[in-house]
Amino acid sequence: MNPIKLTTCLRFARKARRRGTEHMLQGRAARWGAVMAVPLALGGCIQVNAPDDAIVIELNINIRQEVIYQLAADVRDNIDENPDIF
Amino acid sequence: MSMQAKHIAKAGLLGLAALSLAIPTSAMAQRDPAYAAARANGSIGEKMDGYLGVVGNQDASIRKLVADLNIKRRANYTQRAQGQNATIEEYAFTQGCVLINRTVPGEKYQTPSGNWETRGSGAPQRDPRCP
Repeated sequence: MNPIKLTTCLRFARKARRRGTEHMLQGRAARWGAVMAVPLALGGCIQVNAPDDAIVIELNINIRQEVIYQLAADVRDNIDENPDIF
Repeated sequence: MSMQAKHIAKAGLLGLAALSLAIPTSAMAQRDPAYAAARANGSIGEKMDGYLGVVGNQDASIRKLVADLNIKRRANYTQRAQGQNATIEEYAFTQGCVLINRTVPGEKYQTPSGNWETRGSGAPQRDPRCP
């Protein structure tokens, strides 16, 4: 399916170029069309398989373990200093 | 020292003792009774991220209570994290670890699996990263 699409576009581009200078814009547009068609055509060939395992989102990815240990004392003081919000 | 001077000194000392007792209690407000009640009856609980959560479907008053306290907590975490060169999330997470540890039997807390659990007499289930 994809190779057919590609050659169709290229043939169109060549035809447009042969028409001459007055159709320069059309020819350029057609060439662009052909250029754009390449990744589109190739893109259709890429197969994406869904993973078998469930996707787990790690929400606390930015938590540094060493920082957690350093904060332990301060968070205990924080409870004593602000008993109304804890 | 005369008897009168002794009495004055005694009264002064008593007054100072009363003041020192009165200052911390007035400066550090305790839990609001509605907040204390909601904790005790398990309609709210401590989450792993350092914030309070509403357990199941609760009245608007409970939801507001939680939202208000969480705003205050976030402001507190933001300020303290800055002083400790930590991120707000790191500070809040560490606070959550300690708050879950300090829940008393009957109170709700969030387990690492994300479910609400009622604190029993034993140690709570906590994230392995907790200090």
